[in-house]
Amino acid sequence: MSETGQNTGQNGLVLAADGTPLKKSLARSLRVEKLRALALIAPLLLFVLFSFIWPIGEMLFRSVDNRDVGEVLPKTVAVLKDWDGTSGELPDETVYKAFTADMLVAIDAKQHTKLGRRLNYETSGISSLFRKSGRKIKKLDLETDGPFKEALIKIDKKWGDVETWKAIQTHSVKYTDGYYLAAIDMQRTPEGAAAQSEDKRIMMTLFKRTLWMSMIITGMCVLLGYPVAWILANLPARSANLLMILVLLPFWTSLLVRTSAWKVMLQQQGVINEVLVWLGMVADDSRLVIINNQFGTITAMTHILLPFMILPMYSVMQTIQPTYLRAAKSLGATNWTAFWRVYFPQSIPGIGAGSILVFILSIGYYITPEIVGGAKGVFISNRIAYHISSSGNWGLAAALGAILLAVVLVLYWVYDKIVGIDNVKLG
Amino acid sequence: MKFTKTFMATTALTMVAGIAGADHHMAKEMTIVSWGGAYSKSQLKAYHEPYSAKTGASIINDDSSAEAVAKLRAMNEAGNVTWDVVDVVAADAMRLCDEGLALEIDPDTMLADAPDGTKASADFGDLLVSECFIPSIVYSTTFGYRTDLVGDTPPTDVCAVFDTDAYPGKRSLEKRPINNMEWALLCDGVAKDKVYDVLATEEGQNQALAKLDTIKGDVVWWSAGADTPQLLADGEVIMGSTYNGRLFSVIEEQKQPVAMLWDAQVFDLDGWIIPAGLSPERQARALDYIMFATDTQRLADQAKYISYGPARLSSAPLVGKHAELGIDMAPHMPTDPNNAKNTFLYNYEFWADYRDDIDAKFQAWLAK
Repeated sequence: MSETGQNTGQNGLVLAADGTPLKKSLARSLRVEKLRALALIAPLLLFVLFSFIWPIGEMLFRSVDNRDVGEVLPKTVAVLKDWDGTSGELPDETVYKAFTADMLVAIDAKQHTKLGRRLNYETSGISSLFRKSGRKIKKLDLETDGPFKEALIKIDKKWGDVETWKAIQTHSVKYTDGYYLAAIDMQRTPEGAAAQSEDKRIMMTLFKRTLWMSMIITGMCVLLGYPVAWILANLPARSANLLMILVLLPFWTSLLVRTSAWKVMLQQQGVINEVLVWLGMVADDSRLVIINNQFGTITAMTHILLPFMILPMYSVMQTIQPTYLRAAKSLGATNWTAFWRVYFPQSIPGIGAGSILVFILSIGYYITPEIVGGAKGVFISNRIAYHISSSGNWGLAAALGAILLAVVLVLYWVYDKIVGIDNVKLG
Repeated sequence: MKFTKTFMATTALTMVAGIAGADHHMAKEMTIVSWGGAYSKSQLKAYHEPYSAKTGASIINDDSSAEAVAKLRAMNEAGNVTWDVVDVVAADAMRLCDEGLALEIDPDTMLADAPDGTKASADFGDLLVSECFIPSIVYSTTFGYRTDLVGDTPPTDVCAVFDTDAYPGKRSLEKRPINNMEWALLCDGVAKDKVYDVLATEEGQNQALAKLDTIKGDVVWWSAGADTPQLLADGEVIMGSTYNGRLFSVIEEQKQPVAMLWDAQVFDLDGWIIPAGLSPERQARALDYIMFATDTQRLADQAKYISYGPARLSSAPLVGKHAELGIDMAPHMPTDPNNAKNTFLYNYEFWADYRDDIDAKFQAWLAK
């Protein structure tokens, strides 16, 4: 003990050179180290946080956000709470007066038409009701022009329709599950959640189709990519590199160009049909329909996503020792047994990595299905794109996106349970 | 060192030039958003180049009109609107106006009078469909057909689209309910002035879909304006709908065996909006540009480059010949009396109200 005396404190603690307990000193230096490491990754972390996590979170929040109604019509929402919509009777004068007061403020701030658009997602016709009535309500005076029930119904008879008020009441909550319901072919009605009428159900069809076709595309990529990756991994480096360029070539060509090229190939007056007719294999008047349907989408997307399958498979196969195969054969295995029992199991991590990549990429694709998919080969992402850029219903788009994200995470989890994520190797 | 010096000198020069050249209350630079392609080119020739020559303002082009609503919304939320003038279709202008994203326009003070002194509000007339919208062209969505694939009796009636006995073969229609539903009802015996009343009802929507169902197997659905011209040129379809300007270029510029079927063409409008919330200097510049670019002569000039009709009444007589082909443009305008014997005006109010609803139905029908 005495030898280490200068480094030991009174109560037996080991001390560092400067006299502080070693434990403390160690923790401090570790903390400094950690901070330094954090500082090193900070730029990337902040970048990812602000350009990726935060915007995505913000966008997903829109799927439940419904503050617009309450903010534009605060007084109306407050008094409308007490109204019983199921009675079939119109709300009384206080509601109409509160509504007129809210509208006068909203019209001044040009918020009423925005609200009309919002409510129109739920009930057709409200958009123009708010726009047209706005012009006339603007001229009303809150002091002198009452009673407002008659005044509003005179402006538009829809204000005398119980359904209009029910729509406002139903959708006046701050946070709504309405978008999520719409995303799974349901709707929020005054009576609660209900199924969407049958002729408007489209989302579940598209979700199922997206998953199903993505699986087929992934499967096709495995079938086509495996032999290619095998050849690449087993050729001498020189020829392998040359072939590798051919695999990578599509990466250097624009996605749109590749997709449009498939149009030229697959259409009825296209290359494939022309060749088949010329060879006499297909009659001129019964040319194959191989585009603007699911076949077109699967073909084009398999081609586009194939490199994402080949590359991880190739890098895993490169690490498999050829001696194993030789050993298996020298012990009496046939070619097939040697491949199936020895080689294939070792290449599974590559297949796993490629499949995850291809599958996740393909359920989010929308440009290719839009161009070659026709009516029956489009994905849920086409619907999301429509609601973002055409219909303006970002809440619904966000809900669809959130569901898609959840589906991917669930599938990832299932995959982890079955195959094990540790078995995935990118190289 | 040398670099820094040059750099500073250049900056100083630019600043001096900037101060000397500017109308001090107007921004020197502006970003104009449009559709790209031949359409942007026609605007460049007819509007941008003369405007820059006259005022010295420099114009940056951005081909983002297709996503204008989504992008303007995002810019507005971020509080940084980088666009000064945006070319949009009337329906989008209405939406932007509804959402408070576009500046309201007073046509009589902010737009030029016609040469004979007619006020702008009268010169544009009914085409001022929204408080924020300054129309510049009338375009139409109509059909073109392959002259060599339709037999001896070329179609003259839009209902030929639904007549697969007389005109067997594929036809291309846009992958959305707008226009298709109207044509279906027209060809199912609904009177023209009743179409939107019928379409507002559940039965009417089903009736239109049932009519479309009769040709569903023969339809190639398009989503980009360039699809139908390509499909017609390749002989993939025998007839198809698209914008009339696209058909003009297939027929006159590419000399394909295609002809126009003007019957029941649907008129639509395209024009400008100014985003709300610009700084006073930029707004002044945008308004100055709009005043110039939508006057009678400028609108007529654009028709030299593309076959869309000018939105002002007073521009029609000034429409001349195509700038490169030298052919008379008037007969190619959707508004020409010979072409406009039977037309249909897109009902903006109706589609603003019913689009979400009918689109869901239409997509569900497509997926069946």
